[in-house]
Amino acid sequence: MTMRERFFEASSALLERDARVAVVLADISAAAFGAAARRCPERVINVGIREQLMLGVASGLALEGFRPIAHSYAPFLIERAYEQVKLDFGHQGVGAILVSVGASFDWAEGGRTHHAPADVALMDALPGWVVQVPGHPDEVGPILEAAVRSDDATYVRLSVRSNRAAHATGGVTVVRRGGGATVVAVGPMLDSVLAATADLDVTVLYAVTVRPFDAAGLRAVAGDTVILVEPYLEGTSTHVVSEALQGRLHRTLAIGVPRVELRRYGTARDHEQAYGLDPHALRRRIQTFITTEGLAA
Amino acid sequence: MALAHEARLEGEAGETNGALAVSALMARMGGAEKHGPSASSTLDVLRVLYERVLRVSPATARAPERDRFVLSKGHGPMAYYAVLASRGFFDPSWLDAFGGFGSPLGHHPDRVLIPGVEVGSGSLGHGLPIAVGMALGLRARGLVGPRVVCLVGDAELDEGSNHEAIAFAARAGLEALSVVVIDNASASLGWPGGIGRRFEVEGWRVSTVDGRDHAALAVALADVRQRRPSAVVAVVEPKGGQ
Repeated sequence: MTMRERFFEASSALLERDARVAVVLADISAAAFGAAARRCPERVINVGIREQLMLGVASGLALEGFRPIAHSYAPFLIERAYEQVKLDFGHQGVGAILVSVGASFDWAEGGRTHHAPADVALMDALPGWVVQVPGHPDEVGPILEAAVRSDDATYVRLSVRSNRAAHATGGVTVVRRGGGATVVAVGPMLDSVLAATADLDVTVLYAVTVRPFDAAGLRAVAGDTVILVEPYLEGTSTHVVSEALQGRLHRTLAIGVPRVELRRYGTARDHEQAYGLDPHALRRRIQTFITTEGLAA
Repeated sequence: MALAHEARLEGEAGETNGALAVSALMARMGGAEKHGPSASSTLDVLRVLYERVLRVSPATARAPERDRFVLSKGHGPMAYYAVLASRGFFDPSWLDAFGGFGSPLGHHPDRVLIPGVEVGSGSLGHGLPIAVGMALGLRARGLVGPRVVCLVGDAELDEGSNHEAIAFAARAGLEALSVVVIDNASASLGWPGGIGRRFEVEGWRVSTVDGRDHAALAVALADVRQRRPSAVVAVVEPKGGQ
Protein backbone atom coordinates (compact mmCIF):
# COMPACT_ATOMS: atom_id res chain seq x y z
CA MET A 1 0.00 0.00 0.00
CA THR A 2 1.33 3.45 -0.91
CA MET A 3 1.42 6.50 1.36
CA ARG A 4 -1.43 7.94 -0.68
CA GLU A 5 -3.56 4.83 -0.13
CA ARG A 6 -2.75 4.92 3.58
CA PHE A 7 -3.90 8.52 3.60
CA PHE A 8 -7.24 7.57 2.00
CA GLU A 9 -7.67 4.76 4.50
CA ALA A 10 -6.73 6.81 7.56
CA SER A 11 -8.72 9.91 6.64
CA SER A 12 -11.80 7.87 5.72
CA ALA A 13 -11.63 6.17 9.13
CA LEU A 14 -11.15 9.53 10.85
CA LEU A 15 -14.17 10.96 9.01
CA GLU A 16 -16.32 8.21 10.48
CA ARG A 17 -14.85 8.39 13.93
CA ASP A 18 -14.60 12.14 14.46
CA ALA A 19 -17.42 14.50 13.44
CA ARG A 20 -14.94 17.39 13.42
CA VAL A 21 -13.05 15.98 10.46
CA ALA A 22 -13.85 17.24 6.96
CA VAL A 23 -12.07 16.55 3.67
CA VAL A 24 -11.89 19.21 0.96
CA LEU A 25 -10.80 18.24 -2.53
CA ALA A 26 -10.30 19.87 -5.91
CA ASP A 27 -11.10 16.83 -8.06
CA ILE A 28 -7.78 15.09 -7.42
CA SER A 29 -8.42 11.86 -5.45
CA ALA A 30 -12.20 12.52 -5.46
CA ALA A 31 -12.90 8.98 -6.67
CA ALA A 32 -10.84 7.52 -3.82
CA PHE A 33 -13.07 9.36 -1.35
CA GLY A 34 -16.27 8.18 -3.08
CA ALA A 35 -17.29 5.73 -0.35
CA ALA A 36 -16.43 8.22 2.41
CA ALA A 37 -18.45 10.89 0.59
CA ARG A 38 -21.48 8.61 0.50
CA ARG A 39 -21.17 7.98 4.25
CA CYS A 40 -20.38 11.60 5.22
CA PRO A 41 -21.73 13.72 2.34
CA GLU A 42 -21.58 16.97 4.27
CA ARG A 43 -17.96 16.51 5.34
CA VAL A 44 -16.41 15.30 2.09
CA ILE A 45 -16.50 18.27 -0.24
CA ASN A 46 -15.19 18.28 -3.79
CA VAL A 47 -15.20 21.84 -5.15
CA GLY A 48 -14.03 20.88 -8.64
CA ILE A 49 -10.77 22.17 -10.09
CA ARG A 50 -10.75 25.26 -7.89
CA GLU A 51 -7.74 25.36 -5.59
CA GLN A 52 -8.29 28.87 -4.21
CA LEU A 53 -11.80 27.83 -3.23
CA MET A 54 -10.59 24.52 -1.81
CA LEU A 55 -8.37 26.38 0.66
CA GLY A 56 -10.94 29.10 1.40
CA VAL A 57 -13.54 26.43 2.10
CA ALA A 58 -11.10 24.62 4.39
CA SER A 59 -10.58 27.91 6.24
CA GLY A 60 -14.33 28.51 6.60
CA LEU A 61 -14.78 24.98 7.93
CA ALA A 62 -11.96 25.54 10.43
CA LEU A 63 -13.64 28.77 11.55
CA GLU A 64 -16.77 26.69 12.19
CA GLY A 65 -14.81 24.33 14.42
CA PHE A 66 -13.91 21.56 11.99
CA ARG A 67 -10.51 19.95 11.34
CA PRO A 68 -10.38 20.26 7.57
CA ILE A 69 -8.05 18.09 5.50
CA ALA A 70 -7.34 19.70 2.12
CA HIS A 71 -5.58 17.52 -0.40
CA SER A 72 -4.14 17.79 -3.88
CA TYR A 73 -0.94 17.50 -5.87
CA ALA A 74 1.78 19.48 -4.12
CA PRO A 75 2.07 22.26 -6.76
CA PHE A 76 -1.69 22.83 -6.75
CA LEU A 77 -2.08 22.58 -2.99
CA ILE A 78 0.84 24.76 -1.89
CA GLU A 79 2.03 26.84 -4.83
CA ARG A 80 -1.07 27.63 -6.89
CA ALA A 81 -2.92 29.36 -4.05
CA TYR A 82 -0.03 30.16 -1.73
CA GLU A 83 -1.60 33.41 -0.54
CA GLN A 84 -4.62 31.42 0.64
CA VAL A 85 -2.24 29.17 2.57
CA LYS A 86 -0.70 32.29 4.09
CA LEU A 87 -3.84 34.27 4.90
CA ASP A 88 -6.71 31.80 5.28
CA PHE A 89 -5.24 29.76 8.15
CA GLY A 90 -2.53 31.19 10.40
CA HIS A 91 -3.59 34.78 9.81
CA GLN A 92 -7.17 33.85 10.77
CA GLY A 93 -5.94 32.09 13.89
CA VAL A 94 -7.12 28.65 12.72
CA GLY A 95 -5.38 25.47 11.67
CA ALA A 96 -5.93 22.90 8.94
CA ILE A 97 -4.26 19.80 7.61
CA LEU A 98 -2.87 20.05 4.09
CA VAL A 99 -1.88 16.72 2.57
CA SER A 100 0.00 16.66 -0.72
CA VAL A 101 1.08 13.97 -3.11
CA GLY A 102 3.63 14.23 -5.90
CA ALA A 103 6.55 15.52 -3.81
CA SER A 104 9.56 16.85 -5.73
CA PHE A 105 9.37 14.69 -8.85
CA ASP A 106 7.37 11.54 -8.04
CA TRP A 107 5.61 11.69 -11.37
CA ALA A 108 8.79 12.34 -13.33
CA GLU A 109 7.04 11.95 -16.68
CA GLY A 110 4.59 14.67 -15.61
CA GLY A 111 7.33 17.29 -15.84
CA ARG A 112 7.82 20.61 -14.09
CA THR A 113 4.10 21.38 -13.81
CA HIS A 114 3.65 18.45 -11.43
CA HIS A 115 6.89 18.83 -9.46
CA ALA A 116 7.10 20.83 -6.23
CA PRO A 117 10.64 20.73 -4.82
CA ALA A 118 10.07 24.14 -3.17
CA ASP A 119 6.95 23.23 -1.17
CA VAL A 120 8.65 22.76 2.19
CA ALA A 121 10.69 25.95 1.72
CA LEU A 122 7.44 27.82 1.07
CA MET A 123 5.79 26.36 4.18
CA ASP A 124 8.95 27.17 6.13
CA ALA A 125 8.44 30.84 5.24
CA LEU A 126 5.11 30.90 7.11
CA PRO A 127 4.89 31.09 10.90
CA GLY A 128 3.52 28.24 12.95
CA TRP A 129 3.19 25.41 10.43
CA VAL A 130 4.05 21.85 11.39
CA VAL A 131 5.63 20.04 8.44
CA GLN A 132 5.61 16.24 8.32
CA VAL A 133 7.60 14.29 5.73
CA PRO A 134 6.89 10.58 6.29
CA GLY A 135 9.28 8.05 4.82
CA HIS A 136 7.05 4.97 4.88
CA PRO A 137 3.32 4.30 4.31
CA ASP A 138 2.93 2.93 7.86
CA GLU A 139 3.97 6.32 9.24
CA VAL A 140 1.09 8.13 7.54
CA GLY A 141 -1.82 6.97 9.72
CA PRO A 142 -0.29 7.96 13.08
CA ILE A 143 0.82 11.32 11.66
CA LEU A 144 -2.69 12.04 10.43
CA GLU A 145 -4.34 10.92 13.65
CA ALA A 146 -2.04 13.13 15.71
CA ALA A 147 -2.69 16.05 13.37
CA VAL A 148 -6.45 15.65 13.75
CA ARG A 149 -6.13 15.55 17.54
CA SER A 150 -4.21 18.83 17.57
CA ASP A 151 -5.36 22.22 16.37
CA ASP A 152 -2.13 22.94 14.53
CA ALA A 153 -1.73 24.02 10.97
CA THR A 154 -0.03 20.94 9.54
CA TYR A 155 1.43 20.15 6.14
CA VAL A 156 1.90 16.46 5.36
CA ARG A 157 4.07 15.71 2.33
CA LEU A 158 3.43 12.24 0.89
CA SER A 159 5.63 10.55 -1.67
CA VAL A 160 5.83 7.38 -3.73
CA ARG A 161 9.48 7.21 -2.66
CA SER A 162 9.65 5.14 0.49
CA ASN A 163 12.02 3.41 2.89
CA ARG A 164 11.82 -0.36 3.29
CA ALA A 165 10.74 -0.12 6.91
CA ALA A 166 8.80 2.36 9.02
CA HIS A 167 10.66 4.18 11.78
CA ALA A 168 9.76 6.30 14.75
CA THR A 169 8.14 9.52 13.56
CA GLY A 170 8.60 12.90 15.20
CA GLY A 171 11.81 14.90 15.58
CA VAL A 172 15.29 13.48 15.08
CA THR A 173 15.77 9.86 16.12
CA VAL A 174 19.03 7.94 16.02
CA VAL A 175 18.94 5.14 13.45
CA ARG A 176 22.66 4.33 13.52
CA ARG A 177 25.22 5.63 15.96
CA GLY A 178 28.79 6.23 14.88
CA GLY A 179 31.65 8.63 15.45
CA GLY A 180 32.45 11.78 13.51
CA ALA A 181 29.82 13.38 11.36
CA THR A 182 26.07 13.33 11.78
CA VAL A 183 23.84 12.74 8.76
CA VAL A 184 20.21 13.85 9.04
CA ALA A 185 18.01 11.92 6.61
CA VAL A 186 14.57 13.39 6.04
CA GLY A 187 11.65 11.05 5.31
CA PRO A 188 12.10 8.93 2.20
CA MET A 189 15.85 9.71 1.99
CA LEU A 190 16.71 7.39 4.89
CA ASP A 191 17.33 4.15 2.99
CA SER A 192 19.54 5.90 0.45
CA VAL A 193 21.49 7.55 3.27
CA LEU A 194 21.91 4.23 5.11
CA ALA A 195 23.15 2.58 1.92
CA ALA A 196 25.45 5.50 1.13
CA THR A 197 27.02 5.51 4.60
CA ALA A 198 27.10 1.74 5.26
CA ASP A 199 30.90 1.73 5.51
CA LEU A 200 31.33 5.25 6.90
CA ASP A 201 31.73 5.99 10.58
CA VAL A 202 28.84 8.41 10.91
CA THR A 203 25.70 8.82 13.00
CA VAL A 204 22.50 8.66 10.99
CA LEU A 205 19.43 10.51 12.26
CA TYR A 206 15.93 10.18 10.84
CA ALA A 207 13.57 13.15 10.80
CA VAL A 208 9.90 13.16 9.82
CA THR A 209 8.73 16.29 11.64
CA VAL A 210 10.92 18.87 9.93
CA ARG A 211 9.04 21.92 11.26
CA PRO A 212 9.31 22.76 14.00
CA PHE A 213 12.75 21.20 13.68
CA ASP A 214 14.01 19.17 16.63
CA ALA A 215 16.91 21.50 17.37
CA ALA A 216 17.51 20.12 20.86
CA GLY A 217 17.58 16.57 19.51
CA LEU A 218 20.16 17.46 16.88
CA ARG A 219 22.27 19.49 19.31
CA ALA A 220 22.33 16.60 21.77
CA VAL A 221 23.67 14.14 19.20
CA ALA A 222 25.65 16.13 16.66
CA GLY A 223 29.29 17.10 16.88
CA ASP A 224 30.75 19.75 14.61
CA THR A 225 29.88 18.22 11.23
CA VAL A 226 26.30 17.87 9.98
CA ILE A 227 25.15 16.58 6.63
CA LEU A 228 21.53 17.27 5.81
CA VAL A 229 19.84 15.09 3.20
CA GLU A 230 16.40 16.35 2.22
CA PRO A 231 14.09 15.14 -0.57
CA TYR A 232 13.15 18.72 -1.53
CA LEU A 233 14.88 22.00 -2.31
CA GLU A 234 18.55 21.89 -1.33
CA GLY A 235 19.32 23.95 1.74
CA THR A 236 15.73 24.21 2.96
CA SER A 237 16.81 23.28 6.49
CA THR A 238 20.33 24.72 6.59
CA HIS A 239 19.14 27.62 8.71
CA VAL A 240 17.52 25.39 11.32
CA VAL A 241 20.72 23.33 11.62
CA SER A 242 22.62 26.58 11.99
CA GLU A 243 20.23 27.74 14.71
CA ALA A 244 20.40 24.35 16.46
CA LEU A 245 24.20 24.53 16.63
CA GLN A 246 24.42 28.24 17.32
CA GLY A 247 27.50 29.14 19.35
CA ARG A 248 29.26 25.93 18.30
CA LEU A 249 31.83 25.87 15.50
CA HIS A 250 30.37 23.56 12.93
CA ARG A 251 30.20 22.76 9.25
CA THR A 252 27.06 21.88 7.33
CA LEU A 253 26.62 20.20 3.98
CA ALA A 254 23.12 20.51 2.55
CA ILE A 255 22.04 17.92 0.01
CA GLY A 256 18.69 18.12 -1.74
CA VAL A 257 17.03 18.99 -5.02
CA PRO A 258 19.00 21.76 -6.76
CA ARG A 259 17.46 24.92 -8.22
CA VAL A 260 17.47 23.76 -11.80
CA GLU A 261 14.83 22.96 -14.36
CA LEU A 262 15.97 19.72 -15.90
CA ARG A 263 13.30 19.38 -18.61
CA ARG A 264 13.67 15.60 -18.43
CA TYR A 265 11.04 12.91 -17.83
CA GLY A 266 11.82 9.26 -17.07
CA THR A 267 11.45 8.02 -13.51
CA ALA A 268 11.88 9.47 -10.04
CA ARG A 269 15.01 7.31 -9.76
CA ASP A 270 16.39 8.95 -12.92
CA HIS A 271 15.86 12.34 -11.31
CA GLU A 272 17.55 11.27 -8.08
CA GLN A 273 20.56 10.20 -10.10
CA ALA A 274 20.57 13.42 -12.10
CA TYR A 275 20.57 15.47 -8.88
CA GLY A 276 23.12 13.33 -7.04
CA LEU A 277 20.56 11.94 -4.59
CA ASP A 278 21.12 8.23 -5.30
CA PRO A 279 23.17 6.20 -2.78
CA HIS A 280 26.29 6.18 -4.94
CA ALA A 281 26.38 9.96 -5.40
CA LEU A 282 25.39 10.55 -1.78
CA ARG A 283 28.29 8.42 -0.60
CA ARG A 284 30.75 10.37 -2.76
CA ARG A 285 29.41 13.76 -1.60
CA ILE A 286 29.32 12.80 2.07
CA GLN A 287 32.75 11.18 2.02
CA THR A 288 34.31 14.15 0.25
CA PHE A 289 32.84 16.51 2.83
CA ILE A 290 33.99 14.37 5.77
CA THR A 291 37.48 14.03 4.32
CA THR A 292 37.75 17.77 3.79
CA GLU A 293 36.97 18.14 7.48
CA GLY A 294 40.47 16.97 8.36
CA LEU A 295 42.01 19.35 5.81
CA ALA A 296 40.00 22.29 7.10
CA ALA A 297 41.18 21.62 10.68
CA MET B 1 -51.05 51.63 5.07
CA ALA B 2 -51.20 54.17 7.88
CA LEU B 3 -49.27 51.87 10.17
CA ALA B 4 -46.68 51.16 7.56
CA HIS B 5 -46.31 54.86 6.87
CA GLU B 6 -45.82 55.61 10.56
CA ALA B 7 -43.31 52.86 10.89
CA ARG B 8 -41.42 54.28 7.95
CA LEU B 9 -41.37 57.76 9.47
CA GLU B 10 -40.08 56.32 12.73
CA GLY B 11 -37.47 54.36 10.83
CA GLU B 12 -36.30 57.49 9.06
CA ALA B 13 -35.96 59.40 12.32
CA GLY B 14 -33.97 56.48 13.73
CA GLU B 15 -31.83 56.46 10.64
CA THR B 16 -30.93 60.13 11.02
CA ASN B 17 -29.84 59.62 14.61
CA GLY B 18 -27.96 56.48 13.68
CA ALA B 19 -26.26 58.20 10.75
CA LEU B 20 -25.13 61.05 12.97
CA ALA B 21 -23.77 58.66 15.57
CA VAL B 22 -21.91 56.55 13.02
CA SER B 23 -20.46 59.55 11.16
CA ALA B 24 -19.28 61.00 14.47
CA LEU B 25 -17.53 57.70 15.13
CA MET B 26 -16.00 57.67 11.66
CA ALA B 27 -14.69 61.18 12.20
CA ARG B 28 -12.59 59.88 15.10
CA MET B 29 -10.41 57.95 12.65
CA GLY B 30 -8.05 60.54 11.19
CA GLY B 31 -5.35 60.05 8.61
CA ALA B 32 -7.36 57.59 6.58
CA GLU B 33 -7.51 59.44 3.28
CA LYS B 34 -6.23 56.42 1.39
CA HIS B 35 -9.36 54.43 1.98
CA GLY B 36 -11.88 57.28 2.11
CA PRO B 37 -14.15 56.57 -0.88
CA SER B 38 -14.17 52.81 -0.31
CA ALA B 39 -15.09 53.41 3.34
CA SER B 40 -18.22 55.46 2.69
CA SER B 41 -19.46 53.20 -0.13
CA THR B 42 -20.19 50.42 2.36
CA LEU B 43 -21.65 52.61 5.11
CA ASP B 44 -25.37 52.25 4.47
CA VAL B 45 -25.23 48.53 3.74
CA LEU B 46 -23.24 47.95 6.93
CA ARG B 47 -25.69 49.97 9.00
CA VAL B 48 -28.71 48.15 7.58
CA LEU B 49 -27.04 44.79 8.15
CA TYR B 50 -26.08 45.47 11.76
CA GLU B 51 -29.11 47.58 12.71
CA ARG B 52 -31.87 45.62 10.98
CA VAL B 53 -30.80 42.33 9.47
CA LEU B 54 -28.06 40.36 11.19
CA ARG B 55 -28.90 38.41 14.33
CA VAL B 56 -25.65 39.13 16.12
CA SER B 57 -24.66 41.33 19.04
CA PRO B 58 -21.66 41.64 21.35
CA ALA B 59 -23.40 39.15 23.66
CA THR B 60 -23.76 36.57 20.87
CA ALA B 61 -20.52 37.31 19.01
CA ARG B 62 -19.29 33.77 19.63
CA ALA B 63 -22.63 31.97 19.85
CA PRO B 64 -23.16 29.12 17.35
CA GLU B 65 -26.59 30.51 16.46
CA ARG B 66 -25.31 33.96 15.46
CA ASP B 67 -25.42 35.24 11.91
CA ARG B 68 -21.94 35.54 10.41
CA PHE B 69 -20.84 38.63 8.51
CA VAL B 70 -17.70 38.48 6.37
CA LEU B 71 -16.25 41.77 5.15
CA SER B 72 -14.29 40.43 2.21
CA LYS B 73 -13.53 43.87 0.86
CA GLY B 74 -11.30 44.78 3.80
CA HIS B 75 -10.26 48.08 2.25
CA GLY B 76 -11.69 51.18 3.88
CA PRO B 77 -12.82 49.56 7.14
CA MET B 78 -13.69 52.85 8.91
CA ALA B 79 -17.40 52.44 8.28
CA TYR B 80 -17.16 48.84 9.50
CA TYR B 81 -15.29 49.87 12.64
CA ALA B 82 -17.71 52.72 13.29
CA VAL B 83 -20.71 50.41 12.94
CA LEU B 84 -19.15 47.74 15.18
CA ALA B 85 -18.33 50.39 17.79
CA SER B 86 -21.84 51.84 17.58
CA ARG B 87 -23.25 48.35 18.20
CA GLY B 88 -20.99 47.90 21.22
CA PHE B 89 -18.57 45.26 19.92
CA PHE B 90 -15.68 47.37 21.22
CA ASP B 91 -15.19 50.67 22.95
CA PRO B 92 -15.42 53.70 20.64
CA SER B 93 -12.20 55.03 22.19
CA TRP B 94 -10.38 52.36 20.11
CA LEU B 95 -11.19 54.42 17.02
CA ASP B 96 -8.93 57.29 18.12
CA ALA B 97 -5.79 55.18 17.66
CA PHE B 98 -6.87 53.80 14.25
CA GLY B 99 -3.83 52.42 12.46
CA GLY B 100 -1.48 53.03 15.38
CA PHE B 101 1.18 50.53 16.39
CA GLY B 102 -0.68 49.51 19.54
CA SER B 103 -4.16 49.69 18.02
CA PRO B 104 -6.23 46.60 17.23
CA LEU B 105 -7.72 48.57 14.34
CA GLY B 106 -5.57 48.43 11.22
CA HIS B 107 -6.35 49.74 7.77
CA HIS B 108 -7.56 46.22 7.10
CA PRO B 109 -9.48 44.31 9.81
CA ASP B 110 -7.94 41.41 11.73
CA ARG B 111 -10.35 38.92 13.31
CA VAL B 112 -7.75 37.90 15.88
CA LEU B 113 -7.64 41.45 17.24
CA ILE B 114 -11.19 42.79 16.91
CA PRO B 115 -14.29 41.41 18.66
CA GLY B 116 -17.09 40.79 16.19
CA VAL B 117 -14.86 40.48 13.12
CA GLU B 118 -15.43 37.02 11.66
CA VAL B 119 -12.69 37.02 9.01
CA GLY B 120 -9.53 39.08 8.66
CA SER B 121 -9.37 40.58 5.17
CA GLY B 122 -7.48 43.08 3.06
CA SER B 123 -6.18 41.01 0.18
CA LEU B 124 -9.12 40.87 -2.20
CA GLY B 125 -10.92 37.68 -3.10
CA HIS B 126 -10.43 35.70 0.10
CA GLY B 127 -13.69 36.36 1.92
CA LEU B 128 -16.24 34.72 -0.35
CA PRO B 129 -14.47 31.34 -0.56
CA ILE B 130 -14.13 31.41 3.24
CA ALA B 131 -17.82 32.34 3.57
CA VAL B 132 -18.69 29.35 1.38
CA GLY B 133 -16.72 27.16 3.79
CA MET B 134 -18.57 28.68 6.74
CA ALA B 135 -21.93 28.00 5.10
CA LEU B 136 -20.85 24.40 4.43
CA GLY B 137 -19.74 24.22 8.05
CA LEU B 138 -23.14 25.41 9.30
CA ARG B 139 -24.80 22.76 7.16
CA ALA B 140 -22.47 20.02 8.43
CA ARG B 141 -23.10 21.14 12.01
CA GLY B 142 -26.85 20.96 11.43
CA LEU B 143 -27.22 24.67 12.26
CA VAL B 144 -30.10 25.77 10.05
CA GLY B 145 -30.82 29.07 11.81
CA PRO B 146 -27.72 31.16 11.17
CA ARG B 147 -26.71 32.61 7.83
CA VAL B 148 -23.48 33.92 6.32
CA VAL B 149 -23.50 37.32 4.64
CA CYS B 150 -20.39 38.29 2.68
CA LEU B 151 -19.67 41.81 1.43
CA VAL B 152 -17.55 42.23 -1.69
CA GLY B 153 -16.78 45.19 -3.93
CA ASP B 154 -17.49 45.36 -7.66
CA ALA B 155 -13.76 45.75 -8.35
CA GLU B 156 -13.00 42.91 -5.97
CA LEU B 157 -15.02 40.66 -8.27
CA ASP B 158 -12.09 40.92 -10.69
CA GLU B 159 -10.36 38.32 -8.51
CA GLY B 160 -10.96 34.88 -9.99
CA SER B 161 -11.37 33.24 -6.60
CA ASN B 162 -14.81 34.87 -6.35
CA HIS B 163 -15.91 33.15 -9.52
CA GLU B 164 -14.75 29.80 -8.19
CA ALA B 165 -16.99 30.46 -5.19
CA ILE B 166 -19.96 31.84 -7.17
CA ALA B 167 -20.09 28.76 -9.40
CA PHE B 168 -19.70 26.32 -6.53
CA ALA B 169 -22.07 27.92 -4.01
CA ALA B 170 -25.11 27.74 -6.28
CA ARG B 171 -24.44 24.16 -7.35
CA ALA B 172 -24.09 23.24 -3.68
CA GLY B 173 -27.44 24.91 -2.97
CA LEU B 174 -26.01 27.04 -0.16
CA GLU B 175 -29.19 28.86 0.80
CA ALA B 176 -27.64 30.14 4.04
CA LEU B 177 -25.15 32.19 2.01
CA SER B 178 -25.77 35.73 0.81
CA VAL B 179 -23.42 38.08 -0.98
CA VAL B 180 -23.81 41.81 -1.08
CA VAL B 181 -21.83 43.51 -3.82
CA ILE B 182 -21.14 47.19 -3.28
CA ASP B 183 -21.16 48.56 -6.81
CA ASN B 184 -19.41 51.90 -7.02
CA ALA B 185 -18.35 51.27 -10.61
CA SER B 186 -14.73 50.91 -9.59
CA ALA B 187 -13.87 47.78 -11.60
CA SER B 188 -11.32 49.00 -14.15
CA LEU B 189 -12.76 46.95 -16.99
CA GLY B 190 -16.39 47.13 -15.86
CA TRP B 191 -18.95 44.31 -15.90
CA PRO B 192 -20.69 44.37 -19.30
CA GLY B 193 -24.26 43.16 -18.93
CA GLY B 194 -24.26 43.91 -15.22
CA ILE B 195 -22.86 42.32 -12.07
CA GLY B 196 -26.10 40.50 -11.26
CA ARG B 197 -25.78 38.44 -14.45
CA ARG B 198 -22.59 36.81 -13.11
CA PHE B 199 -24.62 35.38 -10.25
CA GLU B 200 -27.86 34.71 -12.15
CA VAL B 201 -26.23 32.51 -14.73
CA GLU B 202 -24.98 30.30 -11.90
CA GLY B 203 -28.46 30.08 -10.35
CA TRP B 204 -28.27 32.66 -7.57
CA ARG B 205 -31.31 34.66 -6.54
CA VAL B 206 -30.34 38.22 -7.42
CA SER B 207 -31.65 41.69 -6.68
CA THR B 208 -30.19 45.05 -7.54
CA VAL B 209 -31.01 47.95 -5.23
CA ASP B 210 -30.04 51.51 -4.35
CA GLY B 211 -27.17 51.07 -1.93
CA ARG B 212 -28.24 54.19 -0.02
CA ASP B 213 -31.92 53.22 0.41
CA HIS B 214 -32.18 51.60 3.82
CA ALA B 215 -35.72 50.30 3.35
CA ALA B 216 -34.88 48.70 0.00
CA LEU B 217 -31.65 47.26 1.39
CA ALA B 218 -33.45 45.77 4.39
CA VAL B 219 -35.92 44.00 2.10
CA ALA B 220 -33.22 42.77 -0.27
CA LEU B 221 -30.95 41.59 2.56
CA ALA B 222 -33.69 39.79 4.50
CA ASP B 223 -33.04 36.14 5.31
CA VAL B 224 -34.99 34.25 2.65
CA ARG B 225 -34.09 30.63 1.98
CA GLN B 226 -34.87 29.23 -1.45
CA ARG B 227 -32.43 26.32 -1.75
CA ARG B 228 -29.94 28.60 -3.46
CA PRO B 229 -27.67 31.46 -2.40
CA SER B 230 -28.70 35.06 -2.86
CA ALA B 231 -26.84 38.11 -4.14
CA VAL B 232 -27.72 41.75 -3.62
CA VAL B 233 -26.05 44.33 -5.86
CA ALA B 234 -26.08 47.58 -3.89
CA VAL B 235 -25.45 50.43 -6.29
CA VAL B 236 -23.83 53.58 -4.89
CA GLU B 237 -22.22 56.67 -6.43
CA PRO B 238 -19.35 55.89 -8.83
CA LYS B 239 -16.01 55.98 -7.02
CA GLY B 240 -14.48 58.50 -9.40
CA GLY B 241 -17.61 60.62 -9.74
CA GLN B 242 -17.91 62.23 -6.29
